[in-house]
Amino acid sequence: MSLPTKGRQALIAGLVAGGLALSACSAGSLGTSSTAASGGAAGVTITYLVDNSDQAVKPAQSLVDAFNATNSGVTVKLETRAQGTDGDNVVKTKLATGDMAEVFAYNSGSLMAALDPAKNLVPLTNESFMSNVQDAFKSSVTSGSDVYGVPMGGATGGGILYNKKVFAQLGLSVPKTWDEFMANNAKIKAAGIDPVIQTYGDTWTSQLFVLADFANVTSAQPDWAEKYTAGQAKYVDQPALTSFERLEEVHKAGYMNKDFASAKNSQGLQKLVKGTGAQYPMLTFVIGAYSAMSDTAKDDIGFFAQPGDDAAQNKLTSWSPGGVYIPTTATGDKLEGAKKFLAFIASTAGCDAQTKGLTPSGPYMVKGCTLPAGLPAAVNDLQKYYTDGNLSPALEFLSPIKGPNLEKITVEVGSGITSAADGAKRYDEDVKKQAQQLGLPGW
Amino acid sequence: MNAMRRPTRWLVGLIGILVTTGLFLVPFAFVFTMAAKDTNEASLLEFSWPTHFQLWQNVVEVFRARDFMLVIAFINSTILTVASVTLMVVFGAMVAYVLDRRKSRLNPLINTLVLAGLIIPPAVVPTIWVMQSLGLFKTLPGLILVEVAFGLAFTVLTMRAFIASIPREIDEAAIVDGAGPLRLFFQVIFPLLRSVIVTIVVVQSIFVFNDFQNPLYFLPGSQNATVQLTLFNYMSQSQTTYNLLFANVLVITVPMLVMYIIFQRQIVAGMTSGAVKG
Amino acid sequence: MSSTTSSRDGSRVSLAKPPRASAEHVDATYPLWFHIPAGVIYIVLFIVPTIFSFYFAFTRWTLFKSTFIGFDNFVLFFSEPGLIGSLRNTLVYGFITSAAKVVLGMLLAVVLSAPIIARGYLRSVTFFPVLVSAVGVGITFQVLLDPFNGIVNKLISSVTGADGPGWLTDPDIALLSVAGIDVWKGLGLATLIYIAGIAAIPNEYFEAARVDGANSWQMFRHIILPLSFPATSTVIILSLIGGLRSFDLIWTTTQGGPGFASDVIASVIYKQYQAGFYGLSTAGNVILFVVVTAIIYPLSRWLNSKETVL
Repeated sequence: MSLPTKGRQALIAGLVAGGLALSACSAGSLGTSSTAASGGAAGVTITYLVDNSDQAVKPAQSLVDAFNATNSGVTVKLETRAQGTDGDNVVKTKLATGDMAEVFAYNSGSLMAALDPAKNLVPLTNESFMSNVQDAFKSSVTSGSDVYGVPMGGATGGGILYNKKVFAQLGLSVPKTWDEFMANNAKIKAAGIDPVIQTYGDTWTSQLFVLADFANVTSAQPDWAEKYTAGQAKYVDQPALTSFERLEEVHKAGYMNKDFASAKNSQGLQKLVKGTGAQYPMLTFVIGAYSAMSDTAKDDIGFFAQPGDDAAQNKLTSWSPGGVYIPTTATGDKLEGAKKFLAFIASTAGCDAQTKGLTPSGPYMVKGCTLPAGLPAAVNDLQKYYTDGNLSPALEFLSPIKGPNLEKITVEVGSGITSAADGAKRYDEDVKKQAQQLGLPGW
Repeated sequence: MNAMRRPTRWLVGLIGILVTTGLFLVPFAFVFTMAAKDTNEASLLEFSWPTHFQLWQNVVEVFRARDFMLVIAFINSTILTVASVTLMVVFGAMVAYVLDRRKSRLNPLINTLVLAGLIIPPAVVPTIWVMQSLGLFKTLPGLILVEVAFGLAFTVLTMRAFIASIPREIDEAAIVDGAGPLRLFFQVIFPLLRSVIVTIVVVQSIFVFNDFQNPLYFLPGSQNATVQLTLFNYMSQSQTTYNLLFANVLVITVPMLVMYIIFQRQIVAGMTSGAVKG
Repeated sequence: MSSTTSSRDGSRVSLAKPPRASAEHVDATYPLWFHIPAGVIYIVLFIVPTIFSFYFAFTRWTLFKSTFIGFDNFVLFFSEPGLIGSLRNTLVYGFITSAAKVVLGMLLAVVLSAPIIARGYLRSVTFFPVLVSAVGVGITFQVLLDPFNGIVNKLISSVTGADGPGWLTDPDIALLSVAGIDVWKGLGLATLIYIAGIAAIPNEYFEAARVDGANSWQMFRHIILPLSFPATSTVIILSLIGGLRSFDLIWTTTQGGPGFASDVIASVIYKQYQAGFYGLSTAGNVILFVVVTAIIYPLSRWLNSKETVL
């Protein structure tokens, strides 16, 4: 057994080297980011990471183009990531591994708070450009005593999109209370039109009746969110239980479209535009999507906040736009460049650039920014709630807890698989895990 | 197996053609028609011939999207698949061979590890930690090695079942002829494995090429995209452009289809050659 | 015995000795270092991270910091209302898909090994679904099985006049529908393994049987069935493990829904992961590991022992 040893070692070495050479050469032919990013020779190049939906990419691209045209010595390169919960994981993983782009877009509110901002994000509290940002937005990107982001895009309303032609035909008016809403539904159904569109093929859409009802919950009990965070208020109890009960009520009354269980969001919007469905509980960021579906859609579809018990307290549930943040891994010239880019985003020029990329679906949260004329009717309906100050932030901006399974539970309640009471109970259990994970007191 | 009479051959064959066409080809026809529609018609999700046939236009659009991301993705996926499957086959065959032929105290441990590799769902974040400390995170070689690590268990298991059917007399004869372990393995045994190697190459190439999750976590960034990740472009929350999504599905299925058609003859040849039969 | 069997100088000294003489001879012919290249990659990128994950299963982990909390994650996991259902679903899904692949794969392989017309075409077509990614298959079937617009139900309602079932949206049958899609997608692979197994059966057996006047059924029963047993055990083990761990297809068709009706352990784990409950999710990994091992390990030992008897 003496001779072979050398040969074996040589062979192992050969195999390993071969394997490495193979992989190494493959990496070389990749055209990796290092070569691609070396465009701006004189200045500094930074990367801006956004999710890959059209709603995110279009305004971001237009923003980046406008910024690069200012020749500030900073070149911004756009990079995209997955969206939804997979995207959340990408962002968290990149932050945890120190691999984040110099500037990135991400949700504001509780999702942003879950990024551990004090450790991972650069505070912007004392930057001069922050004075351009509306206070309502600042509160949704504040953690501890520091502000961490500037707003990207417009605010979003959660409520009910409706087909104005159907309403006009049937002589209906916009409901101010839940009873009026249900009375409308009865008439719409009698006319052979689906009163309420539901699309559980995209499960996230099932949550709207519960989420957009939150303004009504705060109307009934102003400190509900606070107590909820402290573990004292629960969904199984009133007034929050009503949110689940309303979903159940609509299902039991048979007001939903026949294919609610399988329809997708885009199909729901088609129904709304065609008028085969009259109303669709939705977030207003879909305005651009349905506007593209027909020539008249942008004028045919209106918006109202989800009605509650009291007509006098009919308020909008509002979502702040996502934020743009700088990770602590950006330093030196790149950090300065990133700040320049953020300053541009938080300026009227930045808003205009975004408008050029994508028709805004809600008011900007930067001071002095205006919306262009000729916007879809629903945007104007939405804007009215903001000018009247008639709104409440959505729960996710008031409390860090949102159970991950809400959309599954609302599918169950909305499909009649479980009752509202059982669904609410299940959601309370779901929320408990989240609260414990965050280490909140009282859980 | 040549006992079948002529009418039976035809009957069984025809039934087979009918059943498989209905079960297996119709879904493909559906993908094809969807890929040729315009966005609005595709969003109706109906199975119909497109009113405006624009397959080519959709395919071009899919390739052009996001600065030709799909082209880069194709290059990455090809390198990834070829490199990782090659390493898997060579290293896996070496393990399977020694595992089958030699009774060693290591064998129970290796068997356990092989089974564990099939059973345990990979732990994503700890894997990222390890890769980063080795400088492999976010690199193509890193992803290649990850795919090798995740694919070895299946390779070893399949190869071992096959190697067990190769008579030891072949080894003995080669040894008598003076072959050393390397020559015995690479020149005598390895060629005999041809049909199982073809099988594994096909199966693992499909697995690696179609892998969605591992590239997402271990090779992030649009410059590093693999083909499956390009599907993400067309699945956005409010509007899924189904025509482009299906055009993309179609485009990224073609390489595997081509590979299978090329290798299929070899599978059949490898099986009928009788090299393995006692 | 200092055999020089591995040297290339062609020394034939060892020739004189019987090949099976000693353990040392086996050492030289089948060197253990053959395990090293695969072993290094496997241990570094799979075993080490897995061991790490066993620690994190006992922590509350935010990715930025981990706190040791003992068995809390496991307690929480078992108090998750969906878990008992998902455990049942996992077993149902695993056994149904595995059984269907074994039976159908074997039958299909026998047919496709016989000299029928269009054999090459049929082999290709049954293998086509394997070539498509789980995402592609999931999206396609979501549309095909759409309760109202899908061609499957359009066909059913044109024949029966009634609406077809909500394949993926009815909580009672959603899991079975996904299992069906899984079989559709994976059958080609099982068949391929069987075809390889049947092809490896020496022709002499068939010839001898033919001389004895055996019919097709007898050949199947007494030759193919017992002699393709290694293929059977491979298909059982692989498809059962695949079924118990299955995630991709369930995720791209129903995402565990409607509600929690088609959740399996793997999808519950992924949801906890998505939600950022990394410790909890890792605990789920450990539970899945235990469940699968408890089923697969004895089963594979039993299959192995039967194999050696044959």
